Amino acid sequence: MSEVKYSKEHEWIKIEGDIGTIGITQHATEMLGDIVFVELPDVGTSVEKDGNAGVVESTKAASDIFTPISGEVMENNQSIVDDPAKINTDPENDAWFFKLKIKDKKELDSLMNKDEYDKFAKESGS
Amino acid sequence: MEIKKTSLNKLHQENKAKFVEFAGYQMPIQYSKGIVEEHKFTRSHSGIFDVSHMGQLFIYGDDELTEDLEKIFPLNLKNLETNSSKYSFLMNNEAGIYDDLIITKIDTGFLIILNAACKDNDFKIISKLLNNRYEMNLDENRSLIAIQGPRSVNILDAILNGVNKLSFMSGNWFIYKEQKLFITRSGYTGEDGFEISIPNDLAEDFTKKLIENGAQLIGLGARDTLRLEAGLCLYGHELGEDITPIEANLAWAISKERMENGGFIGSDKIINQLNDGAKQIRVGIKPEGRLIAREKTKIFNTDELIIGEVTSGTFGPSVSGPVAMGYVKKEFSKKDTKVFLEVRGKKHPANICGLPFYKKSYVKGATK
Repeated sequence: MSEVKYSKEHEWIKIEGDIGTIGITQHATEMLGDIVFVELPDVGTSVEKDGNAGVVESTKAASDIFTPISGEVMENNQSIVDDPAKINTDPENDAWFFKLKIKDKKELDSLMNKDEYDKFAKESGS
Repeated sequence: MEIKKTSLNKLHQENKAKFVEFAGYQMPIQYSKGIVEEHKFTRSHSGIFDVSHMGQLFIYGDDELTEDLEKIFPLNLKNLETNSSKYSFLMNNEAGIYDDLIITKIDTGFLIILNAACKDNDFKIISKLLNNRYEMNLDENRSLIAIQGPRSVNILDAILNGVNKLSFMSGNWFIYKEQKLFITRSGYTGEDGFEISIPNDLAEDFTKKLIENGAQLIGLGARDTLRLEAGLCLYGHELGEDITPIEANLAWAISKERMENGGFIGSDKIINQLNDGAKQIRVGIKPEGRLIAREKTKIFNTDELIIGEVTSGTFGPSVSGPVAMGYVKKEFSKKDTKVFLEVRGKKHPANICGLPFYKKSYVKGATK
């Protein structure tokens, strides 16, 4: 069974056992516009909850990606580095950013479920 | 101060524009399709740009006015034919640029198109330089609509027969619903196209007609990527009061005779820089790979010394890669010079390149 949670920075994390897969939400891509560049954390690096974990750039501006929880990066998605437009077309499935080995599952408690996030995204506007 | 709206504001909203504040105006940055698609549509079909925030300055007068304007602008205005346009700049005594502009000789004097952020200041400077001797009107009753891209000529000609006979940087008056439109074949995207000066009360109706005929509204976001690919300067980025036309690589816009004889504001500095060379110069910069170098990115040489700064940088949808312009010390301005761009603490390789990034397709030889 996998579970998906969401952060206030508009990242999603799919949890399968010890592994979390992280990406940005559809709502985030709508705010960003056309994504034309992405920089991902290297495999093997440790990232801290709410810390910087890469960059996405649209035609308009650069935006930081934050990791919703701490862990060690196990894999990053080279296909979105080669074709960043994929992030606009399928942000919550194929265009995941990186997978990490979750350090502390308790950190997940601070994240939102889908209903909470949808409400949050709606209220935070565009 | 209350934000100003153009006559097309309602139409922008109906077309789901995302708005930004630009020079005190609420302007569309993009519509629902997004910057990349809007950019490509302009290059392949026809895009409509609301540029009504720009200033339309009419100055009325005859030969005396022409002579007085030659003391301000580095152009040979005496030889400029009626309905012909020139790109130029308003400069200070040190040849720093207050604004870049398009000046057109019309039957009653001159029409000058000014940048939105500069227009009020320009008006003050020009009226002072002309000692308030001429009637001047920064016309708020007219909108300015640009239509750009290869299909534009047919779309516009179907509404206003005869626009296809205009050649690049020339214009004329046309009648639409019994009112006068001034149309020039010009633009700022690197595409063939037109700029239409139209009374405010007709602007929405006319724009809807362009849309019915196959053109689409395009936001300021794509306008920026289009002009950058075309290697064109944007005031506040490539141009400012501390930059001269020689440094900006715009010497081509100064009439040859005026360059030799001077006699306009800033001419001493211009002639000096032409002889001694400018210390810094505007160049195109092509990052290797996909990395985007934005405005203010520091440029380094291969010895890791700072040699300049990026003034505009984005992703160019038609060249499918990052593009940038900036200023570097003259000795590093040669094409293919290897440089490094510092982005987020890391230095990334790039090359100085020629401009434009995307080849222009202006129509120069249209039949008169």
